[in-house]
Amino acid sequence: MAFREYKIGAVMFGVALSLSMFITLVMPSFNIISVGSTAVALDKQLTYGYNSGFTFSDPFLTGGAAPHRVVLRKDPASGADMEPVTAYVFSAGMPFPSGILHPAVLGEGTDDLSVEQGRINEASVEQGAVFLVQHGSYNGAEYPYIENATATRGWLPDAVLTAAGDANTSYAGAGKVIFVREGCWWCHTLLPEQTQDFQYFGAPPYLGDFNGESPTAFGSDRKAPDLLRVGARNSSKEWMMMHFFNPRLVQPHSIMPRFDYLWGETDANGNKIDYTAWRKEYLEYRRGERITPPEVPVPAPGSEARYLIDFVLNLK
Amino acid sequence: MLMKYLFAKNEDIPPGTATLFFSFSSIVWFIIGTGLGSFNAAKLAFPDWVTGMEYFAFGKMRQVHVMAVIFGWISMAFAAAMMYITPALGNTKLWSEKLALWSCMNWNIGLALALISLWMGMTSGREYSDFIYPFDLIILFGVILPVALNVWMTIAHRRTQGIYTTNWFFAGSIFMLMIVLLVGNLPEYFHLTGLTEAYLTWWNAHNILGLWITPVAAAIAYYTIPKITGNPLYSHRIGHLHFWSIVIFYSTPAAHHLMSAPLPEWLKSFASVEGVLILVPAIAFVSNILLTLQGKWNMFVENIEVRFTVTGVLLAIPLNMQGGFQQTRSINWYIHGTGWIVAHAHLALLGFSTFIEVAAVYYGLQMIMKRKLYSLALANFHFWMLLIGFSIYWISMTIAGLIQGAGKIYEVPYIDIVIAEHPYMIARWFGGTLVFLGNCVWLYNMYMTAREGTVVPQGRMVHELAYER
Ligand code: HEC
Ligand code: HEM
Repeated sequence: MAFREYKIGAVMFGVALSLSMFITLVMPSFNIISVGSTAVALDKQLTYGYNSGFTFSDPFLTGGAAPHRVVLRKDPASGADMEPVTAYVFSAGMPFPSGILHPAVLGEGTDDLSVEQGRINEASVEQGAVFLVQHGSYNGAEYPYIENATATRGWLPDAVLTAAGDANTSYAGAGKVIFVREGCWWCHTLLPEQTQDFQYFGAPPYLGDFNGESPTAFGSDRKAPDLLRVGARNSSKEWMMMHFFNPRLVQPHSIMPRFDYLWGETDANGNKIDYTAWRKEYLEYRRGERITPPEVPVPAPGSEARYLIDFVLNLK
Repeated sequence: MLMKYLFAKNEDIPPGTATLFFSFSSIVWFIIGTGLGSFNAAKLAFPDWVTGMEYFAFGKMRQVHVMAVIFGWISMAFAAAMMYITPALGNTKLWSEKLALWSCMNWNIGLALALISLWMGMTSGREYSDFIYPFDLIILFGVILPVALNVWMTIAHRRTQGIYTTNWFFAGSIFMLMIVLLVGNLPEYFHLTGLTEAYLTWWNAHNILGLWITPVAAAIAYYTIPKITGNPLYSHRIGHLHFWSIVIFYSTPAAHHLMSAPLPEWLKSFASVEGVLILVPAIAFVSNILLTLQGKWNMFVENIEVRFTVTGVLLAIPLNMQGGFQQTRSINWYIHGTGWIVAHAHLALLGFSTFIEVAAVYYGLQMIMKRKLYSLALANFHFWMLLIGFSIYWISMTIAGLIQGAGKIYEVPYIDIVIAEHPYMIARWFGGTLVFLGNCVWLYNMYMTAREGTVVPQGRMVHELAYER
């Protein structure tokens, strides 16, 4: 640094960059930290779990570390009938989402209720836990909060999964992992815009809808319909199944890739899926040599296709 | 040859070896990257082509293209340029040729592994920081840090009194890149979630483009144009203005990528205003370079490096006009999330920045190998393939984006937009493929230059010799 000017310049550079980072990082973080969770945010983080992208607990993004969401009609502890309740089941070893690990993420009120009444700080990853979303009041205002049903009601993860059964279990959490891995978000956004889009794609999300979700996977570049509320437009499992297997079956002009490989080896009845034969018959159908397209196999319960369908139908 | 030098004594490595390896690596990554781009474009144009295969699905390949061109081609070409321009401007040798060779090797291996893992579906799910964080750390500390050390130490050991504009940009930008990669990936290191994650993703993306790619490309033009034309830089003061306004204005508008997301309104308005102010460094840069060319415009036609660089600088004009205004709320609501943005991204990276780097690699390789370019005809062919291919890409995607924008605000059924865009998707694929083919010719031309280019006599500069073919 031969010249004094260079010393001054280096200091100025540091000051300018720090100022810029103060304005663009520190100042917005005050706003973002003060955002309280909505019930949607609690539902999302409990459905999707710790993270839907890469983590060391699920390095290949198979969805194996994601929780299950079930609908219960009987109390799993006593066996008594009850009003249907949505429960989020973290089996032993499944990492908890941010809001459970650091309740401050949930925002004032929700944070206090979840700890004091919901006893979420008693949940342990080793044993697993079952959570519910509840509403309560704190200092005179209403907040949603998380209840640790394992502590408050003695519901154990395995008992809850058995009580609900596969038909009442949603794999939306694992489905979001597949959504991230398969790059659906390169074509679809999860963010209806604030300026238009209302009528077609539904209302844009609220500020507090994201606490604890990771990654948010908004998507930047839209080549296809926004999916944030697709389950409200189209709730047909059949349609989704056919559409994922080969989008051109239901929408001849679609540019969406086929995701038939997510079906895996066998279908729901345990029969081996013969992709070569299917494609041959499909080509015949396209050429007009067949009147109907070949049947789309029903995905097996543990298949990635099932996860993805559960995820998409859960977007409401 | 690389193996021999990796374990040689630093003094025994001929100066410029690092540039040589970085340059050829970058050309190879350029071919791979544009090849992947062309493949992706084909998949969007013809969805039933190579279909139903896990690893050839669009969603698995798209980010591999983006990361390969940004970290393989663009950033490696930057490193190649830094490794010969920094010492040349300091009238000295590179601080450590050996360290530079090691960083080149780490870079190639690390990037290949990172891209393969990404292709396998191991992703963070965050755009432009798609790599999983162990690879982010390897790239930051195994690759960027050594390159940065070399740049800083070479500047510190310079044998000139002042520091030329290009070198401030190099030293400053690579420092800022390291900060950006550290801060931008915090959500992955410390599992930050929600809006913090969303915002930091775009803070990172914006600043990689704004504090690394844009200023370093400009810095290269500040070197090549005066060097080859022989005209001194028009104004060092304007250079100062450019540098400081980049640091201040380009580092702040990250939120303009999320104009329709639920972020604090003040932040979006602030980003919008700061974004318009990006026109300050942009105009400073373009005018400074174009004024430097006074009296030497004939070289725009006659000299291939000047032609590439000036084309890149001219492309910066529409680029910054788009950039300055498309993030104002009144325009952003129309074009956000459409093909317009993809066109803009390619105008920045494939137009402006790539053209300048191509020139730097052409010039650097000839300087280091002390050989005249093998064939001007092939270089001309390369130039026109890039320019025509890029123009087709840009025009078709801009039109597609406007169609999409119209479809978005009039809320037509989405499938009608998909149908209307189809011809432009095919055109984009065609244009992009021309770029890819042009690059293959380039590699051949540089290979032949290494083998058969006329040796430049002692004491002469490559641009003083006449082209032979
Ligand atoms: C190449 C871009 C592309 C990719 C990748 C892609 N899609 Fe699509 N998707 C489309 C297009 C275009 C449409 C609209 C036409 C249609 O219905 O097929 C669509 C439609 C849909 C729909 C129906 C939307 C509605 O409004 O009815 C759903 C659901 C969907 N996609 C889910 C997914 C999922 C899940 C993935 C990832 C596994 C995915 N898509 C990947 C392009 C894509
Ligand atoms: C140096 C050259 C190139 C660079 C630096 C580059 C960079 C990029 C970037 C940054 C994106 C992301 C855009 C966004 O998110 O808005 C992208 C996407 C893309 N690029 Fe390139 N690109 C280059 C060349 C090419 C070529 C030659 C093609 C061939 C057609 C191509 C095809 C594509 C495609 C198809 C996409 C995906 C667009 C989409 O999702 O709609 N690119 N590229």
